[in-house]
Amino acid sequence: MQNSFLHTYFFTSLTSPARLLITAGLIFICLSSCTTVKEYQKNKLNDSEMILSNRKIEKTELSFMSYREGASGANAGKSGGGCGCN
Amino acid sequence: MKKITLSILALYIGVLAVFSQTKPSSDSAYRQRKLTFSEANIVSSYYSQDGNNSAITGGIGTEKLTDFSNSFSIKLTRVDKKWRKHSFDAELGIDNYTSASSDRIDLKANSSASYNDTRIYPSLNWTMEDDKKGLTWGAGASASREFDYYSFGSQVNVAKKTKNRMGEYGVKLFTYLDNLKLIYPIELRTGAFIPRGEDYPMAARNTFGSTFSYNQIINAQLQISILTDVILQQGYLGLPFHRVYFTDNSVHVEKLPDSRLKTPISIRASYFAGDHLILRGYYRYYQDDWGMTAHTISLEPVIKPTAFFSVSPFYRFYSQQATKYFAPFQQHTAANTYYTSNFDLSTFTSHFYGAGIRMARPNGILGWQHLGALELRYGHYSRSNNMQSDIVTLNLTIK
Repeated sequence: MQNSFLHTYFFTSLTSPARLLITAGLIFICLSSCTTVKEYQKNKLNDSEMILSNRKIEKTELSFMSYREGASGANAGKSGGGCGCN
Repeated sequence: MKKITLSILALYIGVLAVFSQTKPSSDSAYRQRKLTFSEANIVSSYYSQDGNNSAITGGIGTEKLTDFSNSFSIKLTRVDKKWRKHSFDAELGIDNYTSASSDRIDLKANSSASYNDTRIYPSLNWTMEDDKKGLTWGAGASASREFDYYSFGSQVNVAKKTKNRMGEYGVKLFTYLDNLKLIYPIELRTGAFIPRGEDYPMAARNTFGSTFSYNQIINAQLQISILTDVILQQGYLGLPFHRVYFTDNSVHVEKLPDSRLKTPISIRASYFAGDHLILRGYYRYYQDDWGMTAHTISLEPVIKPTAFFSVSPFYRFYSQQATKYFAPFQQHTAANTYYTSNFDLSTFTSHFYGAGIRMARPNGILGWQHLGALELRYGHYSRSNNMQSDIVTLNLTIK
């Protein structure tokens, strides 16, 4: 699994500046294509499944992942506290 | 277990009490200003894991664990004289877990008191939305208690919409002040570390963090969020009952630095493709000053055959590079300043996949008019070092 395609070509073979550049480029493309959306056009954006944060049903999943994995944070949820010692 | 059952029963009685009250009408501005019930959520989940790299037995041995988690939250809202919307969220969570590895704090015990425990975690949050100014303020407090661990958290946050209201900047500051009991493996309890009954020595672990976020509406179907955290942890960051076996087979307690700086950054996007499909994506890059780096990618298509029903299969890939302080069983030497054999800090990849269903109807579900939404989700987690787990979660939203 350590040598999966995703791991090898997207993460290992790209340097940090390259990854940063690609990410910044994608963000720029997205932001530069922004259009003003009027309130009455936001019915799809206001759909409950479109939220840009974690849903309540994911709470326990995120909790166990923060214990079983070394990385945490940047997911708009809790980022500290608790033992997770098992 | 009896306590848990009674607690859950009390939560359900609380829900019934809320609905036995008359719902105030909202046809006048005066009445809108009163505190009104918005929604309540009951989230129950069952988690089960197994593996063979427990940190308590030095990176070998069972990781078998189950966790039955229940939480109940209620949200109340009111509008003040300046037409700002105030939301008050109160939550109470109760977890009951069993852990075969915690049981091995005493290697000779067949079953000890540390085999199971209950964690209780209440929290309170307040949010004020000023739609006229495009401003949102918030504050919250939380606590968590289990036999050997106490945590007190607090946070404040503010968010401001951009002039054209297509974007929103946000800042959150948070802190967790934790205390843990120094429960050492039985064979390493000497001198000051011998407990007097249940009176164990204590150690502090504090977390100070800040979150910076920016949300942007790209068009009528797409919105994104960029988020970064700066998190500083200080104090006792290892765990006293994690054993480390050196190459000479001597046994030690895990030793880690007393400071850790984490700097993750993430991007999240939600895209409404056509009329019946939503694509949710998430990517996170993580690094800290313990030498750990990690990548997380997840994708969740939400298929909506009708406006009130959805099916959402999901997949999450995670890859982590070990911290420089990690080595497996009998690999550390006395020359190491810091050492751990906790495989949660090792190099591995993981896959998490499953599916969820969601039903949401304004006039109720399954014949109960107050049941606004019902969601069920199952996921399977597998790690490249042979740890496996399953989780099933049910969420009921009451309106």
